[in-house]
Amino acid sequence: MKKEIGIFTLLVVLCAVTGFENPRFFSQANLVNIANLIGLYGIFSIGLGLVIITGGIDLSVGSMIALGGMLLVLALTEWHWPWPVAAAFTLIVTMSLGLAHGFLITRFKMQPFIVTLCGLLLYRGIARFIANDTTKGFGDAAGFKTLQALASGKMLGVPMPFVFLVIIAIIMWIVLHRSTYGRYLFAVGRNEEATRFSGINTRWIVASTYVLAGLLTGISAILFAFYTNSVSPSNHGNFYELYGIAAAVLGGCSLRGGEGSIIGILIGTALLLVLQNLVNLLGIPSSLNFAVMGAVVLLGVLADQIFQARSAKKTVRVSK
Amino acid sequence: MPAAPLLEVRGISKRFPGVIALDNVSLTIGQGEVVALCGENGAGKSTLMKILGGVHQPDSGEILIDGQPVKLAGVNDSMKHGIAFIHQELNVLGNLDVAANVFLGREPRNALGLIRTKKIHADTVPFLKRLGLDVSTRTRLDDLSIAHQQMVEIAKALSLNSRLIIMDEPTSSLTLSETKRLLELVCELSGQGVSIVYISHRLGEIEECADRVVVLRDGKNAGELSGGDATHDRLVNLMVGREIKSFYVQSHAQKTPGFLKVRNASSWLHPGKAVSFDAARGEILGFAGLVGAGRSEIAKAICGLHASPQKEVFLDGRKLAIATPRDAIDSGIYLAPENRRTEGLVVEMSVRENVSLPSLKNFSRFGLINRRHERQIAAEQVRSLQVKTPTTETRVLNLSGGNQQKVVLGKWLAMTPRVMILDEPTRGIDVGAKSEIYRLMRELADGGAVILMISSDMEEVLNVSDRIAVMHEGEISGVLERADCNEENVMQLAVGKKISAARPAFNN
Repeated sequence: MKKEIGIFTLLVVLCAVTGFENPRFFSQANLVNIANLIGLYGIFSIGLGLVIITGGIDLSVGSMIALGGMLLVLALTEWHWPWPVAAAFTLIVTMSLGLAHGFLITRFKMQPFIVTLCGLLLYRGIARFIANDTTKGFGDAAGFKTLQALASGKMLGVPMPFVFLVIIAIIMWIVLHRSTYGRYLFAVGRNEEATRFSGINTRWIVASTYVLAGLLTGISAILFAFYTNSVSPSNHGNFYELYGIAAAVLGGCSLRGGEGSIIGILIGTALLLVLQNLVNLLGIPSSLNFAVMGAVVLLGVLADQIFQARSAKKTVRVSK
Repeated sequence: MPAAPLLEVRGISKRFPGVIALDNVSLTIGQGEVVALCGENGAGKSTLMKILGGVHQPDSGEILIDGQPVKLAGVNDSMKHGIAFIHQELNVLGNLDVAANVFLGREPRNALGLIRTKKIHADTVPFLKRLGLDVSTRTRLDDLSIAHQQMVEIAKALSLNSRLIIMDEPTSSLTLSETKRLLELVCELSGQGVSIVYISHRLGEIEECADRVVVLRDGKNAGELSGGDATHDRLVNLMVGREIKSFYVQSHAQKTPGFLKVRNASSWLHPGKAVSFDAARGEILGFAGLVGAGRSEIAKAICGLHASPQKEVFLDGRKLAIATPRDAIDSGIYLAPENRRTEGLVVEMSVRENVSLPSLKNFSRFGLINRRHERQIAAEQVRSLQVKTPTTETRVLNLSGGNQQKVVLGKWLAMTPRVMILDEPTRGIDVGAKSEIYRLMRELADGGAVILMISSDMEEVLNVSDRIAVMHEGEISGVLERADCNEENVMQLAVGKKISAARPAFNN
């Protein structure tokens, strides 16, 4: 919990400073905008976080968002499928891709980094190919206004992506922190062998996280497609996997596995997006956008490392 | 005036916050002397050795080498004074060859700054000869057995002109014959004038090789025995500070022969060979044999951790289908594996989470954990096994080896074992905790379970088992009844000889 408190403090301080320097930060329009973005990014970050907790990684998120978004656009505007079918199709495709990752990783013992790196290249290529490398848009959303409202509308003034994030976060919090499945995720991330010796089907556990990541990425893909209202296959979702990894790591997930929390991932996502917002509002050249993010992630993780090393020293001494 | 001893430690004390690790400890080691250092975990052995290694600085007291006071401010200092360590976990690079390991960090170079490969190979040979190690200097360490890797480390120590070699539990991963060879080597080295400090929990080895035994208890000198006087009972008394009554507990159980029947269990290690045996309810069946005889692999095969397609397991007359670890666990067959920290426990998790891991489903509803129930179960096990831990939330890696082993047992005792397989149950565990583990095993057996105990510790296997099954290259070469259990018989069977005392492992 300490990790989360540290990063939460950082988030509050950043918000306060930004708001003090530029009161527009706290304007309703800005807050709604940030909430919307937190919703969009937070959903796939949770999926990625689950994978990271088991000691894996998923680099294909961004390309999967592009491919999922493109399939959705095509299904709705060119193949004229009913929207529930199109949405379900998108989710089934991304979950199947996740299943394929999980299968390759657990059955053939391939490294998650390699499998999902290939996914990153493969899905981007497919997305561009099926769209003839042209941007496809939803137009006036004739026939699927309901889906559009669900994905990019508001509920009581709160953007729908944020509403979805809250629902998903609550469910995933219970799954991760209160269920046997969640406990097994942490155990597998720490020591797959000992977990297997305890009678747990570790292959299934690991593979299932990639499927869950696929599902959450698929939901994000639908929301993002309506957020941008069109999908340009060559850059839609570019680098999103890295945002997700950064958010998870900032929020206390360890790339070695076995550590992390839903709340941490949410705070990490919020922090990244507030940072981007801050760059805009404080008049920092937007070319520095990435640099600011990189520096903050680096410092955050470094501070945590130093803090951890110190407290570890203390406990070792006490136990002696 | 007699020559000054090689090493003399005078009145050393070392405090850590809250703990006095060493309190006025003295130790003398003569040239060519083999000194065994004994004590329970936490007695201060490792702190003392770390001071000799230059890792820790003493708060008071002095260290003399050849009668001259010295300061060991770092690892290099102690190396310069001729002190070398052979750690329990070997410090070798598996991807490099023998010569490269021996000369690691001090490779002679040519004018271009490149390693003079020929020279290091030539220079390594005499050291291998001196140790009687018959391997090529070009062999990669990964391709050597643990025993040979250890020899390479000793060769490295000799090449550094070490005069004192400190061996920390050197036999814990060696086979019986390798252990014999190492003990011989210790004698040979001492004959060549090299002093040895030998740290071990195996009192039999100490009796065999030590000129003198120094015992530490609670950070103080507890006493010394000369080699001839060092008997098992005396050592234990010095170490524990009280007499341990009935170190080994005798069986009181009504035995039901044939309760567990295993047929044709095989492993990848010895393809084409198979193991069949019967074990009685209420007995401890020991499994002896050389390392590599396939004992652990068979245990894993029985538990569904390794594939063994021909295997049949009958428990209480019923045939079990065991294809996965979960199947074995659901049938009440549990394994406390050899490698506690990698296979037995998730050491970064708490005592509670470890204890509940295999039984989690039993106290969860709709996939959600009943946390109150989980805490209760963990607390119960901690209490009944007397695990020394501050709380059930303490991470297992902060516990001592003996207490970690108790947590492993707690995992399985939280469910009722019908067959409990223990692989090297007391490796690296101190004497006090050992006797507790033996008592627990006996209680389990008396309570109606079958206990299968794999052990490479001769003393343990002889004294704890009701019967001993000895394995040789993937097969059981014979089973010894209690009356026939002695070292000679076990060794004969372990190397595959036929003896008249051996009984068949099963009746059809």
